[in-house]
Amino acid sequence: MSIELLLSIGLGVLAASGVWLLLRARVFDLIVGLTLLSYAVNVFIFLTGRVRVGAPPIVDGKLAPTLASYADPLPQALVLTAIVISFAMTALILVIALRANAETGSDHVDGAEPAGTEAAERGR
Amino acid sequence: MSWPHWIIVPVVLPLLAGAALLLIERGRPALAARLSLLATAAQLLVAISLAALAADGSVRAYLVGNWSAPFGIALALDRLSALLLVLTGVIALAAVAYAVAGDTNSRLDRRGPHFHALFQFQLMGLAGAFLTADLFNLFVFFEVLLIASYGLLLHAAGVARLRAAIHYVSFNLAGSALFLIAASALYGITGTLNMADLAQRVAQLPPESAQLARSAGLLLLVVFCVKAALLPLYFWLPSTYGAATAPVAALFAIMTKVGVYAVARMYTLVFGADGGVAANLAQPWLPVLGLGTIALAAVGALAARDLRGMIGYLVIASAGTLLLALGLGSRDTVAAALFYLVNSTLVIAVLYLLADRIGAQRGEHGDALAPGPFGAERSWLGTAYFVAAVAVGGLPPLAGFLGKSLLLAAALDTSYAAWVWTIVLTSGLAIIISMVRAGSRIFWKPFEPAAPAAAIATSSIHVLALGWLFAALLLNTAAAGPLARFTGAAAQQLFERRAYIDAVLGARPVPPAVPIRAIVGDKPGKDKP
Amino acid sequence: MWAALLLPVLALLPFAGAALVLSSPNAQRMRAVSLAAAVAVAATALVLAAAPAVFVGEVLRWQVEWMPQLGLAFGLRMDGLAWLFALLISGIGMLIVLYASYYLDPGDPAARFFAFLLLFMGAMLGVVLADNLLLLVVFWELTSLSSFLLIGYWSHAADARQGARMALTITGAGGLALLGGVLLLGDIVGSFDLETVLASGDLIRAHPLYPVALLLVLAGAFTKSAQFPFHFWLPHAMAAPTPVSAYLHSATMVKAGVFLLARLYPALGGSDLWFWTVAPVGLTTLLVGSYIAIFQHDLKGLLAYSTISHLGLITLLFGIDSRLAVVAAIFHILNHATFKASLFMAAGIIDHEAGSRDMRKLNGLWKYMPITAVLGTVAAGAMAGVPLLNGFLSKEMFFTEAVGHDSSAVMNVLLPTGAVVAGIFSVAYSVRFIHDVFFNGEPVGLPKTPHEPPHFMRLPVEVLVVLCVLVGVFPGLIIGPVLAVGAQSALFGGPYAPLPAYKLAIWHGFNLPLAMSMVATAGGALLYFALQRRVNLHRLVRLPGWIRSGGREAFQFFTQSKLRSARVLTETIENGSLQRYLFLLVAVALLAGLAPHLGGTLAPAAAAAGTPLNFSVMVVWVIGVAAAIVTVVVYRQRLLALLMLGVVGLVVSLTFVYFSAPDLALTQLLVEMVTIILMMLALYWLPAESPREPSRLRQIRDALLAIGAGAGIAAFSYALLTSGFDSISPYFLRTSVPEGGGANVVNVILVDYRGYDTMGEITVLGLAGVVIYSLLAGFAPARRPRPQSTEPRSQFLPLIARLLLPLAVLVSLYLFLRGHNAPGGGFIAGLVLALALILQYVANGRQWVEQRLRTDFRVWIGAGLLIAGAAGVGSWFFGAPLLTSSYAYWTLPVLGAVPLASAVVFDLGVYLTVVGATMLALVSIGRLTSAPDEAER
Repeated sequence: MSIELLLSIGLGVLAASGVWLLLRARVFDLIVGLTLLSYAVNVFIFLTGRVRVGAPPIVDGKLAPTLASYADPLPQALVLTAIVISFAMTALILVIALRANAETGSDHVDGAEPAGTEAAERGR
Repeated sequence: MSWPHWIIVPVVLPLLAGAALLLIERGRPALAARLSLLATAAQLLVAISLAALAADGSVRAYLVGNWSAPFGIALALDRLSALLLVLTGVIALAAVAYAVAGDTNSRLDRRGPHFHALFQFQLMGLAGAFLTADLFNLFVFFEVLLIASYGLLLHAAGVARLRAAIHYVSFNLAGSALFLIAASALYGITGTLNMADLAQRVAQLPPESAQLARSAGLLLLVVFCVKAALLPLYFWLPSTYGAATAPVAALFAIMTKVGVYAVARMYTLVFGADGGVAANLAQPWLPVLGLGTIALAAVGALAARDLRGMIGYLVIASAGTLLLALGLGSRDTVAAALFYLVNSTLVIAVLYLLADRIGAQRGEHGDALAPGPFGAERSWLGTAYFVAAVAVGGLPPLAGFLGKSLLLAAALDTSYAAWVWTIVLTSGLAIIISMVRAGSRIFWKPFEPAAPAAAIATSSIHVLALGWLFAALLLNTAAAGPLARFTGAAAQQLFERRAYIDAVLGARPVPPAVPIRAIVGDKPGKDKP
Repeated sequence: MWAALLLPVLALLPFAGAALVLSSPNAQRMRAVSLAAAVAVAATALVLAAAPAVFVGEVLRWQVEWMPQLGLAFGLRMDGLAWLFALLISGIGMLIVLYASYYLDPGDPAARFFAFLLLFMGAMLGVVLADNLLLLVVFWELTSLSSFLLIGYWSHAADARQGARMALTITGAGGLALLGGVLLLGDIVGSFDLETVLASGDLIRAHPLYPVALLLVLAGAFTKSAQFPFHFWLPHAMAAPTPVSAYLHSATMVKAGVFLLARLYPALGGSDLWFWTVAPVGLTTLLVGSYIAIFQHDLKGLLAYSTISHLGLITLLFGIDSRLAVVAAIFHILNHATFKASLFMAAGIIDHEAGSRDMRKLNGLWKYMPITAVLGTVAAGAMAGVPLLNGFLSKEMFFTEAVGHDSSAVMNVLLPTGAVVAGIFSVAYSVRFIHDVFFNGEPVGLPKTPHEPPHFMRLPVEVLVVLCVLVGVFPGLIIGPVLAVGAQSALFGGPYAPLPAYKLAIWHGFNLPLAMSMVATAGGALLYFALQRRVNLHRLVRLPGWIRSGGREAFQFFTQSKLRSARVLTETIENGSLQRYLFLLVAVALLAGLAPHLGGTLAPAAAAAGTPLNFSVMVVWVIGVAAAIVTVVVYRQRLLALLMLGVVGLVVSLTFVYFSAPDLALTQLLVEMVTIILMMLALYWLPAESPREPSRLRQIRDALLAIGAGAGIAAFSYALLTSGFDSISPYFLRTSVPEGGGANVVNVILVDYRGYDTMGEITVLGLAGVVIYSLLAGFAPARRPRPQSTEPRSQFLPLIARLLLPLAVLVSLYLFLRGHNAPGGGFIAGLVLALALILQYVANGRQWVEQRLRTDFRVWIGAGLLIAGAAGVGSWFFGAPLLTSSYAYWTLPVLGAVPLASAVVFDLGVYLTVVGATMLALVSIGRLTSAPDEAER
C-alpha cells in the first residue's frame, strides 16, 4: 500500500462522511458536512500536484528549479484560494442558518419543521 | 480604443466602484446610489465599445500581471463574451435604476445595507466569468458572482428569502466543491489551467488519462448545468428567483446565462468537435436533458400559482432551449441559441420588473394568479404585460418568434429534429396558454372591491427602467438582421477554436514603458522579457 | 413604380393608425372614430388605386430585408387574389367602423376598440399581401392576437374571457403548426419567397416531407377557418361586440384559412392527400355547421354556425381540387363575406334596438323595423341561395362541381348528396332566421319596444345588401372581372395554369344543379315548418350532446385536467426538499464521473509504484478517518461533532506540513480555528442536538450514495496520482526569484502570477463579511442564548490575552513582510491578527475591546479592496497590464532584506480585507452572543 493509495482512501472517507452529512435535514449538520467535504476537496486539489515529502517550494539558489527538487507550488496556491473561499462561504451560510432559525423557529433545511412532527405542532 | 487595458475594465471598474461604495454607502446613501448608477452606465458603455472592438472577428487576449499564458492568468475577448457583457450591461442599468426608483420608503435599495456595493460586485463577477481564459479563474469569478448574488438575494431579508437562501447557497456550495474537483483534476491530468492550453493538451492525451479527462469534463458540465438550471438540477431556481427583490431577480436573468456561456465556451473550445480524445463530450447529454427541461418547465409554468413563480419556469425553459441548441452542436443551432439568448434574457428581466409593478398595484393580493383588486395603472400594465407575453411566448412579431424559428430551422438537419420540433412547439403553446391564463386572471377578471386598500404608484424612474428594456426588446426585433449576423459570427468564432488558442497562447508580455525595477540591497533581479 | 410604393404604405397605415388611436384618450370617442374611419377609407382608396395595375395582370412587389439569416424579408406582393382580399378587408372595414361608431355604448372604451380593430386590419392586410411565407405567419399570428383582444373586449363578462382564451388557444396552436409547415416548405424549396414556393409545386409534392408539411399547413388553415373538429371556438367568439363578429368572424379573419388554401393551392394542391384531407373535412364541416345552425336560439349563434358551414363549403370546393372549383370557392368567399357581414350587422341592429338576440323572444319585428327587416330578409335569401341573389350563383357552381366531380365511388355519391342535404339545412335555418325574427307573431318579453336604428347605422347593411342583389342580377358585369383576376392569380403557375372557361349567368338552362337547388329550397322550407309543428324549436332546450356545441366541453375538460395534472406533476417532482435536490446533484455528479468508464475499467497506470508508506502518515490518517467517521456517528451531538471536525482539520493541516506545504498548513490551521470559533458562537443560537431522524431508510439510501461518491473521488484521486503529467509549474520555480522577486513560490503565485485570482478571492471574503454584517445588523434574536453562554469566565485568560496582543501584532507584521520569501504573506498575517483580536473578545468581552478599538471593519474591507485594486491598476501607469508587479529590496535590521514588491502593496490590501472580513463576521455574531455581558453590568 502506497501513500497515494492511503491518501486517496482517506480523502474518500472524508468525502463520503461529508456527503452523508450534506444530506441531513438540519442546516448545522449540512454545514459540518460541507466542511468535511471541503477538507476532502482541498486534499484532492493538493494531491493533483502529486505527493512530495520534504521539498517545500521555497527556492534557494542551490537546487535546480524543477519539480524534481521542489513540490508543485501551483496546487498549493489553488488550495489556499479554495480554503479562503470555502471559509467565507461556511461563515455566510452559518449566519443564514442562525438567522433563519431565529425567524422560523426551525433549523430545518427547508426552513420549517416537516409536517406531522411534534416540533411542527409546537411551531404553531 | 487603442488603449490596451480596455478588456479588463469591466472587471476593475465594478471592483473599485464596489469598494468605494462599501466606504460611502453607509454615510451618504444618495451619493452612493448616484455613483452606482454612473458606474453601471459606464460599464455598459465599455461593454458596447468592447463589442465594437470584437466585431472585427479577432480574439484579443490580455495578460494579467504581464505573465504570458498559460503561466499567468489570461483574459480573452471574443464576440461571445462581448455579446454577454453588453447584455449584462443593458439589464444591469435597468435593474439598478429600478432599485433606486420610488420614494424613500418604497425604493428597494434602501431595504437593507450595501445593495449597490453588492450589485457592483455582482457585475464584477459576471464580467470576470465572461472574459477569463483560465479555468480556475472562472471558478473564482463564479464564487464572486455567487456571493454577491447571495447578498442580493438576502437583501431586505424576510423569511421567504432566508428559506430560499438556504437552498440556493447550500446547493451552490456543493456545486462549487464539484467545480474545484473538476478543475484541479484537469490540472492534475493536463498540467495546465489555461483554457486554450487545456484545449491543446486534452486533445492529445494518452488513452488512460483521456478517460479521466472525460470524467472531469462531465463533472464540469454538471457544475455549469447547476448554474444554467438544467434538468434535474434546476429545482432550486423558481423559489430562489421568486424570493428575490425585482431588480435582483431581473439581474439574475443573466445568471443562468453564465452557466450557458461556460458550456458554450468549454464544450466548443476544450471538449468540442476538435477535442480529440475528449471530443463532443456534452453532445449525448445536452439535447435529451434540454428537451426534458423545456417540457417540464412548460408544465411548471402551467402549474404556477403566482406570476413570479411562473416566470421562474420561463427562465428554466429558456435555459433548456439554449442548452438544447448548444447540445445539437451545429454552427447553425449554436448561432440560433445565441440569438435566442438575447431576447429571452431581456424579456425575463422585463417580466420580473413587471410582476413587481403588478404586485404593487394589487395590495395584499400581490402577483398571485387569481382575480384581485387593481390600482389605477391597470391599462398600461396590461399593455406592457401583453407585449412581454408575446415576446416570451415566442409569438410574432417580436424576436422571440424569430429566435425560435431560427432554432427550429437549424434543428431540421439534426437527428433530433422531430423531437425538437414537437417539444419546442408544444411547450411554446403551453407557455402561451399559461401567460394568457395569468393575464386574464390578473387584468380581466372583475373583483370587488375594484381598488386595493393600498396601491403603490409607479414612479417615472420605474417606467424609464421598464421602457429601456422594452426598447431593447424592440431593437433586437427590428435589428434582427444585424444581431443575427453578429451572433452567427460569434458562433462561427466558437467553432474556429484555433484562433482563440493562438490569440491566448500567442500573446506576449509588454516590456514596461519605464524601467520600474530599481535594485537596492543584495538580491539580484532582472527585468522581465 | 409608384404603385409598388403603395404597398408598404397600405400595410403599415393601419398599424400607425392603431398607435395613434390608442394614444388618444378613451373619452374622446369621436377622435378615435374619425381616425379609424380615415385609415379605413385611405386603405380602401389605396387598394382601388392599385386596381389599374393589377387588372392588366401586373404584380406589385416591394421588399426590404429583415432577417436574411432566417430567410425572412419584409416583402409585400399584390396580385389579383391579394388585391381582391385587400379590397374585402379595407372595404368592409370601412363599413364596420361606421357601424361600430353607433353600436358601441358610451361607456365602452372606444379608443381601445378602434385601436384593436385597426391592428386587426393591418394584420389581415399583411396576411394577404405577404410575399414571404414567414412574414405571412407573422401577420397570421397577429390576426389571432388582435382577435383575442377583440373577443375579450368586454373582459368583465366571463364568456368573453373564455371565448377569447379558447379562440387564441385553438388558432394559436394552428399558428404554431403553420409555422412548422412553412419552415418545412422553406427547407424543401430553399426559400420562403412566395413566387419561388408557388413555382415549385412539383418539387414539393415529390418531397418525402410533403405530407408532413401539408398536414401542418392544413392544421393552420382549418383551425383558423373553424373547420370540424376545430370549429367550436367560433360560436364562443360571438361574445365579442357584433361589429367584430361581422368583420373578423364572418367576413375576413376566418377567411384567412381558406385564403391560405387558395394562396398555396398551386404549391400544395393537386394530390390525393390534398383531396382526401381537405374534401372530407370541408364536407363534414358543411353538414355539421348547417345542421346545428337550425337549432340555435341566439341570432348570432345561428349566424356563427352558418358561417362555419359556409367555410366548410369553401374548403370543400378547394378540396375538390378542380380549376372550376377554385373559381367557385373564390366567388363564394366574396359572396359569403357580403351577405354574412350584412346579416351580422342586422343582427347587431336588432340586438341594439330590441335589446335581445333570442329568437324565442324576437318575433314579428317586421312591423317595428320594416327596412331592417327587408334588408335582413334579402341577405338571408342570399345565404339560402335564392335566385337573383349572389349566394345562388356560387351555390350553383358548387352543385355543378359536386356533381361533376369524379374520383371514387364513395365520393361520387357522398358529394352530391351531401351538397343537397347541406343545401336543405341552410335553407331551413335561413327560413327560420326570416320567419322567427320578422314574423311568427308578436315579440315576447323584450326589454324595450324595437324601432329602426339611426340611418347611418343601417347604411353599411344597405350597401352590402345592394351588392348582393347587383351581383346576383348582373354577375358578369359587377363581379366578373374581379373574380377573373382573383382566380387567375390563385391558379398561379399551378398544374392548371390557364383560367378555366366558366360562365357567370343566372340561367344555365334546366340541369341537375338547378334541380338540386330546387330540391334544397323546397326541402329546406318544408323541414323548417315541419320542425316548427312537430318539435316546436322554441321549446328545444339543448341538442343531443354529441352535436351540441362540439368540442367545447372537451376543450374545457382538457384544459382543466391538463392544469390539474401539471400541478400534480410539478409538485411531486419539486417537493421543495433540499435533501432531495442535493441527493440528485450528488447522484448526477457520480454518474457523470462514472459515465466515461462504464465502457472500460478505471485503469490506473500501475507503472508508477508510488511513494512507500510511512508509519506516522499512516497513524495520522487512521486518526483522521476515524474522526470523520465518528463525526458522522455522533453528528446529532453537535458540539461533539464539531470537536471531531476539528480533529479532521488538524489531520489535514498535518498532511500539508508533511507533504511540503507550510503555507497551506498554516492557513488551514488558522482558518480552522476561526471556523470552529464561528460555529461555536453560532451553536449558542441553534439547538444543541439534531432531532432523531424519522426515516432509517433514507439514512441507508444516503449512506449508499455517500459511499459511492467517496469511492468515486478516491478512485479518481488514485488514478490521478499514479498517472504522469507534464505541468506548467517548473516555470514558476524558475522565474519566481528573478522575475517574481520572491523565494516563496506559493506566495509569489498568489500575489503575482495568479494575483488576479487572489483579487477575486479577497472580494469573496470581504463580501462574506459584508453580507454577514447586513444579515445581523439590527437583528435582535427573540430568544435568549442557551445557558452555556453565561458560564463564568477564567481570570487568567484576560491577562494572557492582553499580554499576547502586542506580540501577536508583531508576529503578524513579521509574517506579512517576509511572506514573499518564506511561509507567510498577507493572508496568514491577517488571520493571525484577527485571531489575536478575537481572543480579546473572548477573554475581555465586547465592551473592553470596542472601547479601545473603535473601528468599523467594513471600512477595512472597503479600503483593502480599494488598495488591492489600486495596486493592480497602478501598473497601467507604467504601461503594463493589470497587477504587473515590480519590486525592490530594502535591507532592514533584524528582518534582513525585505522585498518592496509592488505586490506587497497588493498584499497589504489582502491583509486589510482578511482582518476586516474575519473580524466583521466574528463581531457580528459575537455581538449577539455577548448580550449577557450587558445583562451583568
